[in-house]
Amino acid sequence: MPKPEPKVGLFVTCLVDLFRPSVGFAAVKLMEAAGCRVEVPELQTCCGQPAYNSGDRADTRAIALQVIDAFQSFDYVVAPSGSCAAMLKSHYPELFDKEPDLRAKAEELSSRTFELVSFLTDIMQVSGVEAAFPEKVTYHDSCSGLRELGVRDQPRKLLSSVNELSLVELPDADICCGFGGTFCVKYPDISNTMVSSKTESIENTGAGTLLAGDLGCLMNMAGKLQRSGSDIEVRHVAEVLADMTDTPAIGVADGDVQSRGN
Amino acid sequence: MQSRSHRFKENAREAIADPHIQAAMAKMKVGFTGKRLAAAARLPEFEALRDAARDIKNHSLANLDFYLERYEEKVTECGGQVHWAPTAEDARKAILDICQRVGAKTVTKGKSMISEEIALNEHLENAGIAAVETDLGEYIIQLRKEPPSHIIAPAVHVSKEQVEADFRAQHQHLPADRSLSEPTDLVNEARQILRQRYLDADVGITGANFLIAETGTSIIVTNEGNGDLTQSLPKVHIVIASIEKVVPNLEDASTILRVLARSATGQEFSAYTTLSTGPRRAEDPDGPEEYHVILLDNGRSSMLGSEFQEMLRCIRCGACMNHCPVYHAVGGHSYGWVYPGPMGAVLTPNLIGVEEAGHLPNASTFCGRCESVCPVRIPLPKMMRHWREREFEKHLTPTSFRSGLGIWAFLARRPALYRRLTGLGIRALGALGRRRGRFRSLPLAGGWTKYRDLPAPQGKTFQQLWAEKQKNGGSSK
Amino acid sequence: MTSAREQILGAVKTSLKRNGPTESTPEMLAERLSDPKPGLIPERAQLPHPAQVDLMESMLIELSATVQRVTNVDQVPDAVVDYLKARNLPQEIRLAPSRELLELPWEGQSLLKTSSGPAREPDQVSVTGAFAGVAETGTLMLHSGADSPTTLNFLPENHVVVLRSSQVVGAYEEGWARLRRAFGNGTMPRTLNMISGPSRTGDIEQKIELGAHGPRRLHVIIVEDGDASA
Ligand code: SF4
Repeated sequence: MPKPEPKVGLFVTCLVDLFRPSVGFAAVKLMEAAGCRVEVPELQTCCGQPAYNSGDRADTRAIALQVIDAFQSFDYVVAPSGSCAAMLKSHYPELFDKEPDLRAKAEELSSRTFELVSFLTDIMQVSGVEAAFPEKVTYHDSCSGLRELGVRDQPRKLLSSVNELSLVELPDADICCGFGGTFCVKYPDISNTMVSSKTESIENTGAGTLLAGDLGCLMNMAGKLQRSGSDIEVRHVAEVLADMTDTPAIGVADGDVQSRGN
Repeated sequence: MQSRSHRFKENAREAIADPHIQAAMAKMKVGFTGKRLAAAARLPEFEALRDAARDIKNHSLANLDFYLERYEEKVTECGGQVHWAPTAEDARKAILDICQRVGAKTVTKGKSMISEEIALNEHLENAGIAAVETDLGEYIIQLRKEPPSHIIAPAVHVSKEQVEADFRAQHQHLPADRSLSEPTDLVNEARQILRQRYLDADVGITGANFLIAETGTSIIVTNEGNGDLTQSLPKVHIVIASIEKVVPNLEDASTILRVLARSATGQEFSAYTTLSTGPRRAEDPDGPEEYHVILLDNGRSSMLGSEFQEMLRCIRCGACMNHCPVYHAVGGHSYGWVYPGPMGAVLTPNLIGVEEAGHLPNASTFCGRCESVCPVRIPLPKMMRHWREREFEKHLTPTSFRSGLGIWAFLARRPALYRRLTGLGIRALGALGRRRGRFRSLPLAGGWTKYRDLPAPQGKTFQQLWAEKQKNGGSSK
Repeated sequence: MTSAREQILGAVKTSLKRNGPTESTPEMLAERLSDPKPGLIPERAQLPHPAQVDLMESMLIELSATVQRVTNVDQVPDAVVDYLKARNLPQEIRLAPSRELLELPWEGQSLLKTSSGPAREPDQVSVTGAFAGVAETGTLMLHSGADSPTTLNFLPENHVVVLRSSQVVGAYEEGWARLRRAFGNGTMPRTLNMISGPSRTGDIEQKIELGAHGPRRLHVIIVEDGDASA
């Protein structure tokens, strides 16, 4: 059982911070409803993946140390992203392989770090949410959350508690959407082939809304759906779980609600 | 083989535009994955066996010198001969010497990736010796003068119509009215042609999936039986194997065999697992009179003790490429050299240099599907990242990318400055995109907007909004 | 000049040293070769013997082999002739030159032509014994030797194997144990074939076709003779 009113530091993630703050507020609402006190340390920027995955270890380490520092005083560190949470949880310790003191610090942070939805179900023991979403939705499993953190059943479980929502499984939900951080701009042709087959499967489900737990993947799939003229709406799963779906979907202008696809 | 790895991006673009390749990939990406999953589900011990297989390979690698020496001793004891080949050139020379000594005119070959690695066929042909590939897939690509596009299914990119056309063009006796429209017809045709080749061959060359130190045995795993005809009919059998193939004993090999076929094709066991030890014995009525093993290093010894040591566990099952969405998008030839897919992305730069093959470890989203299926649990993404680190250290990362990353990292390390600048930038971008909610194009974002829209930001950063909310007392409890 | 051998072994040793000392002593390594221990054996391979024989049969069938069970070795010639008839094959077989097979009552089959020795190209049907049958995957173990030429396992289009039920074991490792008893520790016959079904290929558009280069058909006659290990 979690201790009563644990103090949670929200790791906002750079994409949510810059592109879609509403996901951050949804995360705060969900965690508060689960009984957490949520704070947002100012000294955070990004988890460092762009540098890490580009082979720039020195900058990655500097960023990691900054994050470790900024989140020292929290019971838990939670990110609305499997990929950033996995960076903190699985990769930070690897950065300090040869420095036992720093590695211990990184491991300590790792033990307190979680992805949002699995944090709600696995740590805060949340079994349902107060929300309604009268839509047929489908769900994409983002790679890091799925394979590095084992996030798969948790979002499905919480989605099943959302009133009026029906979930259709996406075939090949576990196959990468082609985002891959800098990959999608370094290898645009390959990324496009990947996201095209992903959006094709999404359209074949007949769902009106696509959900996932990582904003990078969501922006990639939303951008592709919209470029190909699809009216499927794309949202972060936290928005639906928090019953905060009054903001326009990803890539949709204010007041320009897309006609729903179902 | 001449590498085309440096032009990976162009290769990929061509493959993406090639309907044959795309059709073949669409088929393979469902076939192999489903079969592997079913085979794994049927064996409750599968995951534990993967651990055991990993441990056996780790143990073998940690004591490689010991096991190689014992292996050689045993081979010699059984009347075989081991030829040590530090480089590809040494291996080619050793093989050619044997072939020339016995006056070989035709050599049949079982499937061997090492043979591709050392470009053996060309070398033999240049010396006037016909080298005939006998694995059906290898035979097809040999006719097409192409390299393999997959390590266990070399012709996976070729359609049956293309095979028919190749056979009609190159099998002279073929009557025009003979139907070759179905895979069955094509298999029968190849069977007939190759049967004579086996009988005519002077030397048979096979690869090896394992070498056993306990007994001096080499093991090949096939489904067609071509490797067996290749090695039992001619008077000389040459095995080409790289040094990391050695494992201690038969029990160790059995454990790994339990995960090999299941991971590769989803079979419980391949049709033929053949253990060969020395030349035929005095009392044997058939089998080769000479048995040679070429032990190839070609860069592997320097992977030991490096951050790439774990790659030497690879048992060449192909599962990583069968499950790789990048491989599915671009096919095997795009990788430009012998080894494609995730295992190639790690191995190829080790063998031909990261200057030539630098794209390979970069062309990955790190989705981790390869690692999740690798029977010997090689952390492929981690090792691709090691290559990126080496490239970064060597300043091989493209300058434009490097400077962009530099600016970003500079800011990411200065949270206050980062917040000020991103706050401003996002406000501007948000205002620009507000009307449509997204961008169809944007300066500096061409890589993104070439194929997809860029969702516009909501206008303020979370940090700004959070600060405002705190100020207005609307805070968290 | 150092030899190629020393060059490679030297490089391996140099590289490994950077890795620190290994956890195995020379004695442990030597023992791993002189006294190999089985690893993890799947439960499926640890059934009681009669169930193993059944598993052997069902695995073979799954592999597209055919199986016939007989209760007495003298029924083998009949079974072979029936098999040839059912598949419209010529009544002519090439036998492995083993006493066990040669001494079967073939003379009762007036239409059947038999000869023995290594396979020759036109031979269509071979009949061989086996060294063991491994139930876990329906895998036959056959080894080369004076009375068991390897070519019989690959050249003819049809391969008939006579397997005694006492030769059926659960796991590969039990096969190795029997092999060591037969040949001595660390000693192997020239060739040991582990055969799991007829020859096949998926190299053309991943469609499985039987009879790529080796036998198109594999027929196994299981002769009940009890459990040798019991
Ligand atoms: S890296 Fe792993 S999955 Fe890929 S071929 Fe090697 S053993 Fe198989």
